Amino acid sequence: MTAVLEQLLNGAQFGVMLFLMAAGLTLIFGIMNLINLAHGSLYMAGAYVAAATFAAFGSFLLALLAALAAAVALGAAIEIVVFRTLYDREHLDQVLATFGLILFFNELVRMIWGATALYMQVPAFLAGHVELLSGSPYPTYRLAVIGAGLAVALLLHLLIARTRIGMLIRAGASNRAMVDALGVNVTLLYTLVFALGAALAAFAGAMAGPIFTVESGMGESVLILAFVVIVIGGIGSLRGAFVAALLVGIVDAMGRAFLRPLLASFMSHAAADNAGPALASMLIYILMAAILLIRPQGLFPPRGR
Amino acid sequence: MAEALLETRDLCKSFGGLVVTDAVSLLVAPGEIHAIIGPNGAGKTTLIAELAGELKPDSGSIRFAGADITRLAMARRAALGIARSFQITSIFREFSVLDNVAMAVQAHAGHSFRFWRSARRDARLRDPARQVLAQVGLAERAESRAAALSHGEKRALEIAMVLATRPRLLLLDEPMAGMGPQDAAGMVRLLAALKRQVTMVLVEHDMDAVFALADRITVMVYGRIIASGTPDAIRGDAEVRRAYLGEAAA
Amino acid sequence: MSVARRSLVIGVSLAALAITPAIALAAGEPFYVTLLTRIMIFAIAALSLDLILGYGGMVSFGHAAYLGIGAYAVGILAFYGITSGPLQFAVAILASAAAAAMIGAVSLRTSGVYFIMITLAFAQMLYFLAESLNIYGGDDGLNIAQPSDFGRLVDLGDPPTLYYVVLAVLLVLLLLSRQLINSRFGLLVQGVKSNERRMAALGFPTFRYKLVAFILSGTICGLAGALFANLTLFCSPSIMHWTRSGEIMMMVILGGMGSLFGPVLGAALYLLLETVLSGATEHWQAILGPLLVLVVLFSRSGFFGMLIGERTARGRADG
Repeated sequence: MTAVLEQLLNGAQFGVMLFLMAAGLTLIFGIMNLINLAHGSLYMAGAYVAAATFAAFGSFLLALLAALAAAVALGAAIEIVVFRTLYDREHLDQVLATFGLILFFNELVRMIWGATALYMQVPAFLAGHVELLSGSPYPTYRLAVIGAGLAVALLLHLLIARTRIGMLIRAGASNRAMVDALGVNVTLLYTLVFALGAALAAFAGAMAGPIFTVESGMGESVLILAFVVIVIGGIGSLRGAFVAALLVGIVDAMGRAFLRPLLASFMSHAAADNAGPALASMLIYILMAAILLIRPQGLFPPRGR
Repeated sequence: MAEALLETRDLCKSFGGLVVTDAVSLLVAPGEIHAIIGPNGAGKTTLIAELAGELKPDSGSIRFAGADITRLAMARRAALGIARSFQITSIFREFSVLDNVAMAVQAHAGHSFRFWRSARRDARLRDPARQVLAQVGLAERAESRAAALSHGEKRALEIAMVLATRPRLLLLDEPMAGMGPQDAAGMVRLLAALKRQVTMVLVEHDMDAVFALADRITVMVYGRIIASGTPDAIRGDAEVRRAYLGEAAA
Repeated sequence: MSVARRSLVIGVSLAALAITPAIALAAGEPFYVTLLTRIMIFAIAALSLDLILGYGGMVSFGHAAYLGIGAYAVGILAFYGITSGPLQFAVAILASAAAAAMIGAVSLRTSGVYFIMITLAFAQMLYFLAESLNIYGGDDGLNIAQPSDFGRLVDLGDPPTLYYVVLAVLLVLLLLSRQLINSRFGLLVQGVKSNERRMAALGFPTFRYKLVAFILSGTICGLAGALFANLTLFCSPSIMHWTRSGEIMMMVILGGMGSLFGPVLGAALYLLLETVLSGATEHWQAILGPLLVLVVLFSRSGFFGMLIGERTARGRADG
């Protein structure tokens, strides 16, 4: 049982990080109709800046703040230089242009920090383990990540559902032209939403530092999974992104941990050694395919539009 | 009267709290031009979409030539002979005018799993297309790019495309939309010439055209039918005058 | 007149391709034979993508997956000692077709951004699958002991021979594609790109035709993959990395979407650029990236379009 609990928590931890990425992406797509492949670069920027700051100054809080500031600045720069031209373009153009950005940023971090991965320590105040059930310790840091992710999710929900800005965001998502006609500064709204998305990505990246390898190209694997989350959850839906992210995270963790032993119970060990990891790596995509066959618009599809 | 070609019974559709089709029961006889008029927001285009199969009604039934087509997909209805023109012109802008109509012919000329022979040199597609173009008066524009046509010509092309599918029922959604008086008159002549050959359901705001063409008129307001009958009956109907026509049409 | 210029550009390019091996070998630079073979293989892959992207409007961001399937078909069969060329290529083609059928059946139920993301996701899935299969080398890849054996017909181990085989395949595919584009099927696919709603209203069951186009495209790309395995005698998951899909798409755009020959030029342009830039600096991607962004933002009809003097927006309906 403890193994299951541990994997559930691992899955939840991965899930909240996916949610932070997916939330930004889905908001940006929902409001601005912009598909941004370079979102993963913002995640990477957050990780790199956090790791470098932490290594230089030893303060996790400072590292987080630096990561957020860097991502917002970077995001603003990209938005002004590249995105303003892309808002009215076809999705194909957006995909290709942001693909070019990815190539650039991946190389840029290699130029600044070299090709070897950066190492980020778990901050001292979050090191160690917590006894969840007697005899099953779980890394404190991972629990903190889950907690932070849930807190951000709650804050996001409150922001979107309860504040005026959130109302504008929801309105912009369902009818951009109307919001514009009502006199709201749409350009400012776009920039705010984009900054929000960038901050979420950077936060995820900064927290990922101690857990995952900080290296060039780290953003893309998370990005593609974030896409899977959005597709499963429904484009534009935060609730969908949350549910889907946790689902994906948990299914992935469980699959990686338990498929091989499960298969080994009725297959030769050698076969299970190959089939297990292979199937585990495909599991999320099979899940996505299965959901799409039943509901092509995702679990919480956008209404109208 | 011969059996109705198209019949709807208590057709209903709502979007959230908004009722757009309210127990619409419509009868369209074969060979007639049946006009549907009403103020904006009356749900006329929605009704066309439901008849064409683009929208599924919440309840009620639609019968075509005696068969129930309520759950049938749009492409299948088109194969049965129901053709639709759109309120906002929907053509293939990058293709030539002739290509546009030939594509419509192709839709009903067997399957398209043909990978080798040039379709642009296939007389079985091109000849019928040219005939229809002549019918709508676009013969000289055959080689022009569709995007280069004037608005009126584009509307005529749209009609040509639906005609090329040799439909039994035409659903025309404001064919005169955005047309000047000359173009509109040309369209009226075209549709009048088709009377008896094709059954038509015509949604229009242009009252001159409606009264010139229609055999019967149905009036819709807020998704409900408030009157249905011959043009004279409708012109004289007090409720219709109050809701829509005003005194000018009398 | 555009047609004359078009024929000129194509003719000159093909002639150049035909005589290059002779010149390169005479000059003692066999490297160019390999480079151009690589370019032609990617030209085939780009051509396959153009069929559904440029003509059908289906933005498949996972085409590298079929490249990988084709390559691994050859690699895995060779691993088990099956070196028969016809058999390897047959498996490569069938496997790609099957994969395209399954991926297409799910993906084509969506459109727009969903479609882009889903094709990307499925390609990623196959990438991870290849990475996790340790018996076939996993991340390190799989060496292929010998090229596909076609007996006395051709010796794919001889670089100039492989070059001309690939050139022949490319020429045949160009011809077949041109017929396809102008056929009923081809016009239908273009109609779907132009106005799918109208196509459905006319009565076309568009899904099945899109799926067939998708399968054809994936199959041709799989063929390119099998040829690629013969060129490099190596296959690894990196063939199917999603950035590779992006590269193939860039080749189509650079060369000129919706023109059949454009992708060929695009492949040449992209790979030559990559070769030149990577020779100049190890940080060549920092230059290529922004370059690609600029091309997307400002180009209209790609390199081919530029050469034949076309200023209309991408894609022609009477090509």
